[in-house]
Amino acid sequence: MASLIAGGVDCDVHPAVPHLTSLLPYLNDYWRDQVTTRGMVDLVSQSYPQNSPITARPDWRPETGKPGESLADMQRHVLDPFQFGYAICNPLYGVQMVFSEDMQAAFCRALNEWLAKEWLDRDARLRGSIVIPTQSVEKAVAEIERCAQDKRFVQVLMLVMGDTPLGKRALWPIYEAAERLELPIGIHAGSAYHNPPTAVGWGSYHIEDYVGQAQAFQTQLTSLIVEGVFAKYPGLKMVMLESGVSWISPYLWRLHKFWRGVRMETPWVDRAPLDIVRSNIRFSLQPFDAPPDEATLNRLFDHMQSDELVLFSTDYPHWQFDGQDALPDGLSPDLVRKIMIDNPHATYPRLK
Amino acid sequence: MNIQFRENQEAASPLAVKTAIADCDIHPARATRTELYPYLAKRWQHHLEVYGVHAYQGMMEGPPYPKAQPNASRRDAYPPEGGPQGSSLSFMQKQLLDPNNVQLGVLNPLGTGQGIRNHELSAALCSAINDWQIDKWTSRDKRLKASIVVGNEDGLSAAAEIRERAGDRNFVQVLLLSRNVEPLGQRRYWPIYQAAEEAGLPVGVHAFGFGGNPITPSGWPSYYIEEMVGHSQCQQSALASLVLEGVFERFPKLKMVMIEAGFGWAPSLAWRLDKVWRRLRSEVPHVKRPPSEYIREQVWWTTQPMEDPERREDLFDVINWIGWDRLLFATDYPHWDYDEPSRVLPAGVSEANREAFYLGNARKLYGIAA
Repeated sequence: MASLIAGGVDCDVHPAVPHLTSLLPYLNDYWRDQVTTRGMVDLVSQSYPQNSPITARPDWRPETGKPGESLADMQRHVLDPFQFGYAICNPLYGVQMVFSEDMQAAFCRALNEWLAKEWLDRDARLRGSIVIPTQSVEKAVAEIERCAQDKRFVQVLMLVMGDTPLGKRALWPIYEAAERLELPIGIHAGSAYHNPPTAVGWGSYHIEDYVGQAQAFQTQLTSLIVEGVFAKYPGLKMVMLESGVSWISPYLWRLHKFWRGVRMETPWVDRAPLDIVRSNIRFSLQPFDAPPDEATLNRLFDHMQSDELVLFSTDYPHWQFDGQDALPDGLSPDLVRKIMIDNPHATYPRLK
Repeated sequence: MNIQFRENQEAASPLAVKTAIADCDIHPARATRTELYPYLAKRWQHHLEVYGVHAYQGMMEGPPYPKAQPNASRRDAYPPEGGPQGSSLSFMQKQLLDPNNVQLGVLNPLGTGQGIRNHELSAALCSAINDWQIDKWTSRDKRLKASIVVGNEDGLSAAAEIRERAGDRNFVQVLLLSRNVEPLGQRRYWPIYQAAEEAGLPVGVHAFGFGGNPITPSGWPSYYIEEMVGHSQCQQSALASLVLEGVFERFPKLKMVMIEAGFGWAPSLAWRLDKVWRRLRSEVPHVKRPPSEYIREQVWWTTQPMEDPERREDLFDVINWIGWDRLLFATDYPHWDYDEPSRVLPAGVSEANREAFYLGNARKLYGIAA
């Protein structure tokens, strides 16, 4: 199998908030009182039920508490053995499900402060993503600008399923701020559950929601591209996190065909979708969703016609691979170097 | 994709030289607004005049995302005698069937009784459109075969319509749309699958339809292109639902055809389903085998609109992963994104695969002898 390289970047690890009460020290008096007086419960999203096999690898699952809530475990499980130079923390705490923009803004601010204090301060390899209250674009921008002063925040984090398609113009101030502050937008699997989790309605099962993440990423890429986000903000990078990768090329072949057919509808899309993706969009490696054979893998990477699209990730503590096998078999040493080091550094200018 | 603006297009090259093909997605249209009235009870004619149809979206007529061309159809496909594109048999023969040597044409009427909130009206319109397909099309051209259109949201009346038509060789499949009130694997739709399996008819799932859900998992998008590209995501979610609800396990002889939503996504979806199923199968014990096995055995795809890689031979990898025996050629006539039969396959395909792709697979699936 392909050998890991020391000093690489893990672009998707998930530190867990132990409980909503863990954020109390980072809330003001009003919100602290709201949480306690109203008996608010822990914000755990259906996307990752705590005991679901996909939520934590068996050997990464702690005896008590949530998978990913211990820094010592993260160090022991991935940071040390994989010899990472950096790991980017993407908290998946369920603040996106909140409907009130005031409450959401308070929780996001607390979450970001918690991340800085309890993770970034305690391990110099860690970098953070800014979780934003998308119920208010104004508050989201303010939170980005506040956190961006701390250079350890290297990205803005959004979920792939929110209230509206991500290309919608109302959200553009977020992208303006991100581009200005050299922050890529990370779009992670998961839903605010403000819309049915598939385009054809509510399914019955957790597995169905998880499979459906890939389709959600596809529709969001379409939205981002055809609304013209990258014509307006050409320097903006977006990273699809926990998206899967095997769908990328066939999806783009279809998008490209329709763009050629009806581009008169969106004349501001001034470059071909394939070119936009190659210059502005990146994808995290795990979950790697192709069969474990080298021939197929080589065809898939060849279809991409670029070695710059994929960024290394373990998706810790989610169970996507076993042992140290984060890299699928068949990657050339050159490609491994691109995926683990060159591509992440080219994507995240703040990784220094 | 074939957009032509020529006013007076004549039938192309002599048909004798063309290889016979099947066209598994043809859209017959009504020439007038009231063309279905002879097949509808007076009550429903009155209802349509007074109230119209109330779909699971807001427009009284026409689509919420305006099409790129009138009726989403080729500008050269208006029949000389008038009426919308696809509404004339003689012109369809002249423009599509004869010049392309279509030996089998499968009709998929759209804008019928599906996706309507009044389920009784839905059933009446579907039954009418089925009678109309025989009278106007299949009884007049033996190359054409009809699809049994069913009121999708009421499984029991849909199943009754299927049973009534079962054995009638004018019909070769049951037609559903991809976007419904719930994902297609849900139990409310099972009577449809049961009746189709009993009748030995494949169930075609054509892109489109409205079921009241936003057409992306993150809400309503802005543009027609998003709806068009998004049909492949809707179809993927519908197929995932069929697999994960155990429809293929429960109805092992059921055959499904994914129509007009592309096929390039199929290998990736199957791989993803398999990988996640290995982790989470305890949640869905009724899914007894790896999802890719059900898909490989029970699902077919029509080809149009073919994915269009920059290097066209890349598509062969995808077709090899799906299986050359699972693709059914389709033009989508008279729609604007029509795939021209002579241009869709690049060179380098074996004669056997080419024959299967263009004709053999369809004949076998739909039970039409050579």
